[in-house]
Amino acid sequence: MEQLLQQIINGISLGSIYALIALGYTMVYGIIKLINFAHGDVYMIGAYTGYVCMTKFQLGFLPSLLIAMVVCALLGIIIEKVAYKPLRNATRIAVLITAIGVSLFLEYSTMFVASANVRSYPPMEGLLSKTFKIKNITISMHQIIIVIITLLLMVLLQFVVKKTKTGKAMRAVSQDRDAAQLMGIDVDNTISVTFALGSTLAGAAGVLVGVYYNSINPLMGTMPGLKAFVAAVFGGIGIIPGAMIGGYIIGIIEVFVSGYINSMYRDAVVFAILILILIVKPAGLLGKNTREKV
Amino acid sequence: MAILEVNKLTKSFGGLTAVSNVSMALEEGELVGLIGPNGAGKTTLFNLLTGVYTPTSGTITFTRNGVKREIQGLKPYTICEAGIARTFQNIRLFKDLTVFDNVRIAMHKNVKYRLLSSVFHLPSYSREEKRLKEETMELLSIVKLDHKKDEYAKNLPYGEQRKLEIARALATNPALLLLDEPAAGMNPAETAELTEFISWIRERFKLTILLIEHDMSLVMKICERIYVLDYGMMITNGTPEEIRTNKRVIEAYLGEDVNNA
Amino acid sequence: MKNIFERDWVRKLFSLILTFVVIQILISTNIINDYLQATLATICINIILAVSLNLITGFTGQFSLGHAGFMSIGAYTCALITMRIPTIYGFILGVFSGAILAAIVGVLVGLPTLRLRGDYLAMATLGMSEIIRIVFENLEITNGPAGLNGIPRFVNWTWLFILTAGTVLAITNFLKSSHGRACISIREDEIAAEAMGINTTKYKVMAFTIGAFCAGIAGAVYASYFYFIKPNLFGFAKSIDILVIIVFGGLGSISGSILSAILLALISTYLQSFPEIRMILYSLLLIIIMVFRPQGLMGSKEVSLSVFSKLGKMFKPEKGRE
Ligand SMILES: Nc1ncnc2c1ncn2[C@@H]1O[C@H](COP(=O)(O)OP(=O)(O)O)[C@@H](O)[C@H]1O
Ligand SMILES: [Mg+2]
Repeated sequence: MEQLLQQIINGISLGSIYALIALGYTMVYGIIKLINFAHGDVYMIGAYTGYVCMTKFQLGFLPSLLIAMVVCALLGIIIEKVAYKPLRNATRIAVLITAIGVSLFLEYSTMFVASANVRSYPPMEGLLSKTFKIKNITISMHQIIIVIITLLLMVLLQFVVKKTKTGKAMRAVSQDRDAAQLMGIDVDNTISVTFALGSTLAGAAGVLVGVYYNSINPLMGTMPGLKAFVAAVFGGIGIIPGAMIGGYIIGIIEVFVSGYINSMYRDAVVFAILILILIVKPAGLLGKNTREKV
Repeated sequence: MAILEVNKLTKSFGGLTAVSNVSMALEEGELVGLIGPNGAGKTTLFNLLTGVYTPTSGTITFTRNGVKREIQGLKPYTICEAGIARTFQNIRLFKDLTVFDNVRIAMHKNVKYRLLSSVFHLPSYSREEKRLKEETMELLSIVKLDHKKDEYAKNLPYGEQRKLEIARALATNPALLLLDEPAAGMNPAETAELTEFISWIRERFKLTILLIEHDMSLVMKICERIYVLDYGMMITNGTPEEIRTNKRVIEAYLGEDVNNA
Repeated sequence: MKNIFERDWVRKLFSLILTFVVIQILISTNIINDYLQATLATICINIILAVSLNLITGFTGQFSLGHAGFMSIGAYTCALITMRIPTIYGFILGVFSGAILAAIVGVLVGLPTLRLRGDYLAMATLGMSEIIRIVFENLEITNGPAGLNGIPRFVNWTWLFILTAGTVLAITNFLKSSHGRACISIREDEIAAEAMGINTTKYKVMAFTIGAFCAGIAGAVYASYFYFIKPNLFGFAKSIDILVIIVFGGLGSISGSILSAILLALISTYLQSFPEIRMILYSLLLIIIMVFRPQGLMGSKEVSLSVFSKLGKMFKPEKGRE
């Protein structure tokens, strides 16, 4: 029982990270129907930015987190403008290859600048390094921070999407780009904002992971990127609450497989779930099945 | 003898019943029109007849060469093999392929060689491909598209694209041909030519034809009988003369002039 | 008399023999040295992979991101068999078993997933190949993540040539048949194809299975030539490599795939001299090509061999003068 609770707590922490990344995937997919393969690498850049802030500039956790988010937002906008915007009318597969190009570029540029070595985040101090023990269940302050910040960001995102003009524009563009354009919405601008928002969340996830797992490397974005995408598909791609739920479910499943079965198979199980959900309900948990009108 | 019998056919999309309790029967060799306002469910009925959608309830019976078969819910390719072919309201040609290939592909079901033969180009391949080529050319010259055989389908003028779609349907060797708004977007001269063409292929290929059309001049001219669909329900059927004067039809088309629409 | 160079098969045979002999001479004279021979092997393997993925994605329109998974099945099967039967018969058995096993997995994966469209299919195939990789990482017989070393080498230029040319010919033949055209019609318009009597599921699975079979061959060749394999050689990155080749060459163009496999291998070999920035340059190139030529080198057109018939015509008047 205690072990179960412990696993759930670990699962929720990991799931928070996936959820943050998945949100970016789902928003970008919703608006331009692109699997943005570079998204996992934006998360990696976020982790590195946080690392530089904390080690080189001796900044604290919160300032580092904020700077990483801003850097990633800018990076997201630049990627969109340089690589994806010229391809607005190209085939989806061409844009996908471009996204892969961007992903490789970010990974290997980072490797060039920062070397391929694993780096470890500086240990947190004071309150941030505490752990609590209730009977045999340990909860670290890291975990609490991850969950709190994730929830905070999600609430903020919901607010932006539901209540602001920009959010309405985002929803309009993802429903029907041409119609939105006719209604006087600045489509290009809206797409940029979407990229910025998604990348901000990924940047935050990067710093949180650095703090939580303590080690970062230039290729750290690939697997979590893929799994976050699985989470987005799981919840129903393009649907924001779906990405959150998907992220948490994938996180918990992964921790359970590691804990109770065999950690070697944890990725395999995640992908098996992806295939199952695609076959059984391709629109995802919260999605509606639609069929092409003939 | 009835070639097609539709019995209490219903199709719902969530809350919307697009086709509701529809029954109809086509006799062999008939040319029948299906009319109704936009959104009445005509295309949906075609999609049910050709297996694109599975009916919520009801039956469809198709008879060819004395063999009677229930076909509701079968896959589209099985229904095509059984002998029903169609065109689409929004032209769905194989755009990036040639006119020749569009027709040749539709002859696929009677090709008699197997995978091994196609990978190694065995004698059965050459023999069948030669026959296929001849039959495709023959059909193309019947519909007078032979001079355009190497054009990409997407480069044909609109009227010829519609014609090619009909030719492609004919290539599947159907007994029943379903045409979904074949004259849509055509000028009066093109429509007149198409009207002739439809009557002519019906004789030439001994077809039964069911056609959806908004152009009443075409419908009234060539259809022997007309079914009228409104809000998913079959409100009446009869000869063009009966339909022209039917009060319910006029109501359904309120605001549109049945005589000249 | 009809000029024999106007016959398609004569042209094909002639160009094939020419390619084989020229390269054989270059190898014998050591102009193609050991280092370049590895590039040559990579090119051949990539041609097999690219042409077979093009059948699935470029011609049938089914977006697959799992080709490396099928390749790994071929590689491991061939490796395990030749390590136990280290003779040329063992190798032939290995290639065939690898290809057939890959094809069987292709059917098993294809049947449930091929009703998915576009990106969803891509994700399902990606997931499938990741699962295959993880299974190889955990099996005892495959020696886990460390992989298999010391696989006997049977592949030489003759084998490379036979298997590559064989695969390309088989797939071009297939595409020129009624079955192949059925596949192409699915790419063009799946709903129309089905309404014209084409069993789209059957042909999608067929294309997928043939593609998997060929990827199995490519894997077997890889294992036998490079005598060392491990699971993460066949990961997501490898599938992407193959996809890049076919998109760069032009989806729906066999000659484009071949050209692109050659070009990219040469570029990659050239870039090895700049190891630190190799991948950076490669990724930039990828982005630039896609931004400026999203349809790829060849679009969906083919280079024709009619250049030989022109050659033939040039000979003819000369004969006349004699
Ligand atoms: N795949 C579908 N999903 C939901 N609604 C559909 C679908 N296909 C058709 N409909 C609806 O069914 C009704 C009838 O459409 P249709 O058969 O196309 O009419 P028409 O008589 O103009 O051909 C319309 O309200 C249409 O929106
Ligand atoms: Mg309609």
